[in-house]
Amino acid sequence: MIISEPKSRADLDRSLEGAGRIFLVGCGACATACRSGGEEQVFETQEWLLETGRQVTGSVVIDEACHIPRAGRDLRLHRSGVEEADALLVLACGAGVQSISASTDKRVVGGLNSLFLGNIRRIGSYEEKCLLCGDCILNETAGICPVTTCGKGLLNGPCGGMEEGRCEVDREQDCAWHLIYERLRRQNRQGVFGRLVPPKQWSRRRKPGRHRLGKDRDGDVAPR
Amino acid sequence: MSRLADSLRTGDFVVTAEVAPPKGADPGRELDLAAAQTGVTAINVTDNQGANMRMSGMALAGLMVRRGVEPVLQLTCRDRNRIALQSDLLGAAALGVENLLLLSGDHARFGDHPDARPVFDLDSVQLLQAVRQLNAGSDMAGRPLSSAPRFFTGAAVAPATRPLELVYQKVVKKAEAGARFFQSQAVFDSDAVADFMTLVRPLGVPVILGVLLLKSASMARFLNRCIPGVRVPERLVELLDRAADPLAEGVAIARDMVGVAREHCQGVHLMLLGREDLMRQILF
Ligand code: SF4
Ligand code: SF4
Repeated sequence: MIISEPKSRADLDRSLEGAGRIFLVGCGACATACRSGGEEQVFETQEWLLETGRQVTGSVVIDEACHIPRAGRDLRLHRSGVEEADALLVLACGAGVQSISASTDKRVVGGLNSLFLGNIRRIGSYEEKCLLCGDCILNETAGICPVTTCGKGLLNGPCGGMEEGRCEVDREQDCAWHLIYERLRRQNRQGVFGRLVPPKQWSRRRKPGRHRLGKDRDGDVAPR
Repeated sequence: MSRLADSLRTGDFVVTAEVAPPKGADPGRELDLAAAQTGVTAINVTDNQGANMRMSGMALAGLMVRRGVEPVLQLTCRDRNRIALQSDLLGAAALGVENLLLLSGDHARFGDHPDARPVFDLDSVQLLQAVRQLNAGSDMAGRPLSSAPRFFTGAAVAPATRPLELVYQKVVKKAEAGARFFQSQAVFDSDAVADFMTLVRPLGVPVILGVLLLKSASMARFLNRCIPGVRVPERLVELLDRAADPLAEGVAIARDMVGVAREHCQGVHLMLLGREDLMRQILF
């Protein structure tokens, strides 16, 4: 899930400068689960907008704001509210904000900061386990990602800063490579220690991105 | 062939030392310091050590070559991507640098530019492989070089770090990736050296043992607190605490470790932190 947090009210106030009539958009997926852009937050934000002397011309919570056609369709269903507004305030991750801005020429203001692809411990407690590197090494690392959880993103074992299984960068955290080593040992496997892992193909994270699954990937056809 | 490569090949006991480039544009003092250290085989030039910004080590190493001092250029993966690393390596070769110590590097978080973006495009194992490929006449993308460098490449090891078996996994990879010598982190425990060497000896890669001059008990405590992979046993900290002349005690400890190195390893890497004048006392 994409973890997001609300921007500060002061920040929002600045971004909305000059916009008196606002149409509010939330997201029914990640932002709802993170409690940063669901029904409840749309309602709270509406209250705050009214307090600042603005008008709210309408609101909608889109199932998944990142779904471009769905976002477009939902906005069309609220055409009059959108038409009346000076700006749309979107409580969704950066991807959600961009499906909205792709569907209207109105001014679009993002209300959240997108943080990372997160695993959920419980609401409010998230862990970053995958950086979406596009060249996944988990099968050799006993399911623990060094790209994300090693302070240096090393691919061939621990750095000289590891101490008693703790990470050089943050002694409160385990060294990813110590965890990998221990789990591989319990599984009686050599895993990533069995070969020299070549440098990561960062071309798979090429910017600007244009990802079409099934094509574009070394000519291989990805299984569906 | 570099003097270091030659000495290690013939089985001589080698001595290396270390100089850090200046935080400024004039390397005069550092060059004099390097040139004054007679009796060492080669001198390491550190690379923005501790992630603190200093003069390019490549520049200082090149100037050392001109002064007739043999450098071991340290190169870390922290500050450069694979293009910059290879490009600097070719530049270093052009300046006459032959020995390299290839490192991952300390995280930028601890240095004087904590907001810098750390690179780590390669890790130390991959950098070793890259240099092997350059030596063989092509770059990492497989394109031919108009002329190949002839580097003698080393890597770092930390014999006192635990768990040792995990450290060993990485050491094996470094040997496989082309490390022709190892320089170790400072060690103060002869048993740790013996255990490490028992594991590593079969790899056939010479080990140059890191020996650091302890100047006081408070320095020893600082190392234990802040420097990863360095452990000063409590026994030695107490010894320094009680000593009338802590520096003399530190010299005695360093002499002991040189003895351990003579027994188990192929050389010592001396880190004397400004007291290079004590080198002969520590070595003989
Ligand atoms: S290697 Fe790590 S960052 Fe890359 S895809 Fe796998 S889990 Fe994600
Ligand atoms: S201590 Fe371990 S997790 Fe931390 S940077 Fe070094 S190798 Fe990575």
